[in-house]
Amino acid sequence: MSLLPLNPVSALLLTPLVAAAVLALVQDYRLSARVNMAASAIALLFAVVLLRGHPPVTRFFIIDDLNIIFILLNTLIGLTTSIFSASYIGHELESGRLTPGYLRFYHATFQLMMFGMNLALTANNIGLMWVAIELATLTTVMMVGIYRTHEAIEAAWKYFILGSVGIALALFGTILVYLAAVSVLGEGLGSMAWSNLLQHATALDPALLNVALIFLLLGYGTKVGLVPMHAWLPDAHAEGPTPVSAVLSGLLLNVALYALLRFKMLIEASPGAIAFGPLLILLGLVSLLFAAFMLYRRRDIKRLFAYSSIEHMGIIAFAFGMGGPLGNFAGLLQMVMHSLTKSAIFFTVGHVAQVKGTQRIDEIRGLTTSHPVLGWTLVAGVVAIAGLPPFGIFTSEFLLITSTFARAPVLAVIAVIGLLVAFGALLFQMNRLAFGEPTGSNAAVRASYVPIFVHLALVFAAGLYLPSVMVGWFQNVAVLLK
Amino acid sequence: MTPFAFDVAHMFAGGLVLVSLMMLYQDRLLPLINVLRLHSLLLTLSVAWQAHIQQLPDLYVTAVIAFGFKTVAIPIVLRRMVLRMGIHREIEVAVSTGLTMLVGIGLIALSMDLMLRVTARAALLVREDVALSLSVVLLGLLIMVTRRNAVSQIIGFMSLENGLVLAGTGASGMPLVVEISVAFSVLIAFIVIGIFLFRIRERFDTVDVQALDRFRGERQ
Repeated sequence: MSLLPLNPVSALLLTPLVAAAVLALVQDYRLSARVNMAASAIALLFAVVLLRGHPPVTRFFIIDDLNIIFILLNTLIGLTTSIFSASYIGHELESGRLTPGYLRFYHATFQLMMFGMNLALTANNIGLMWVAIELATLTTVMMVGIYRTHEAIEAAWKYFILGSVGIALALFGTILVYLAAVSVLGEGLGSMAWSNLLQHATALDPALLNVALIFLLLGYGTKVGLVPMHAWLPDAHAEGPTPVSAVLSGLLLNVALYALLRFKMLIEASPGAIAFGPLLILLGLVSLLFAAFMLYRRRDIKRLFAYSSIEHMGIIAFAFGMGGPLGNFAGLLQMVMHSLTKSAIFFTVGHVAQVKGTQRIDEIRGLTTSHPVLGWTLVAGVVAIAGLPPFGIFTSEFLLITSTFARAPVLAVIAVIGLLVAFGALLFQMNRLAFGEPTGSNAAVRASYVPIFVHLALVFAAGLYLPSVMVGWFQNVAVLLK
Repeated sequence: MTPFAFDVAHMFAGGLVLVSLMMLYQDRLLPLINVLRLHSLLLTLSVAWQAHIQQLPDLYVTAVIAFGFKTVAIPIVLRRMVLRMGIHREIEVAVSTGLTMLVGIGLIALSMDLMLRVTARAALLVREDVALSLSVVLLGLLIMVTRRNAVSQIIGFMSLENGLVLAGTGASGMPLVVEISVAFSVLIAFIVIGIFLFRIRERFDTVDVQALDRFRGERQ
């Protein structure tokens, strides 16, 4: 293991860790918001360095074509969220919902959470990855409960209990994978390293892997927010601060998904093990259909988009479950596009909720009249997330549906029904929010539009044209995922 | 490994399952906390024994954590909390004890059958340990779903976690067990601190989680 200061992997991990320590000491919230942004920018820089050349695999860390996608996305959205958060918390402080003391805690926890997620993504060890995901869960629980209202405490408690049970089941699965590996690779760290496990996947005991699969799917599936293990997700999104909602939807769900994908690669490579794909397809379709119907009855704007996240994680799980070069490609693209779009939507919704002083959809009307820029941005975001062209989600959903029609028409029909139901619900809710007679406050917003526009511009550009470098890269990963 | 070493390890692991069953029928909080203490003490002995027979000195750290944190500190804090909240007289019956016990026995049978079958290739001690620890994990889950009180849910979670540590120490030479048990201790500490900080009692007038459901779902 090399921990040289020049190693970009350790730099990527140390930056948020050092930043968290510094932020725990800084009193002035303006300064800490800036430190937060700077640390996130530096982390992004190191992620780009990693993209340009993967360092060799070490005992604890691995960087390959698969996880670098997640790392880049993670650090990019980390940066834009920290920019959004700087303007968001200013308002929360003025309205008295948060105090400077809590903000210090908030900033330090934010960086700690980024550390946990980056560690989970770079880890070459199934045990280390588990510890990192637990850390990321803990930090988000604390941030969800930060407002100390009835609802926030309930949401944090529910997230705590369900998340802990999920993570406990995932650990049991992890131990079983280790047991399967021990008889082949011998005792020690080598039997927990992804790089070794994948090489020797064919020799692992399929019976043990089958049992491990169930625990891993239930455990990490809870963190992905797949139905029926999703109960924590809407509450946690709705009651925490909006930057946390953006990070939960945009990043944390992906990190858990990444864990599932790695285990899927391992288990599918073992000839005697039961197939992972059909299970993912089942959970994915159930999530998609369930969330699509739930979208109609939402009264809380953040809860609405939380259910939309469940819907999209369902689509993504379905895509990876279908597998094959096209399915995996569509899944990866959908995941990147969903993260960018959903966090942009949460940024917008955060400003909307602040200016209107409510999250109730009934009390938010005619946004395009009262706040044209914010209103139209929300419209663009919802159009993108609903899967309309010319945005990137259309591309990935189109690819997924067409490729599924060729292989399993029945599944494609079910997926299309889910997509259409969700589409109708989102447009119906958007119509209520954005158009009609404006209600509520007309006060001017001090919004930070840059992060929102950057995200939407990326999604828009991806819908029009995918650079061939990116296509080639995603194709490589799709082959890697089988 | 000598037959004696195996028998002792087996006894501790089996003891954990029995104590998990004892938890199922405790319907008052203070006795439940005492059973948790016994559970954690057995885990401590089991981990220390594994450290001894596998010659893995790292595991002694896990044993010390299991003793200091889970056998001594957390039960004291929980006890104080229960007394301060004045809920030690409350009886919570969500599902009848007989039914819960039957389900519990079914879960043990299930995990034995399942794990002994799939671990055919592993060493005998590992097989027994993993099978027994799955029983402890499933019984912990059962406690969590049959209780409505936040304190007993934590106790259920802690017994579940003890099962995981048992599996981790039993799995031949698994690295990072110490780190994982530290991570779990931090998690539990946060849950307990969370109850204190969030003052579930003050906010909701009860630690009965069902009262939390008043606020469930959409804001009206």
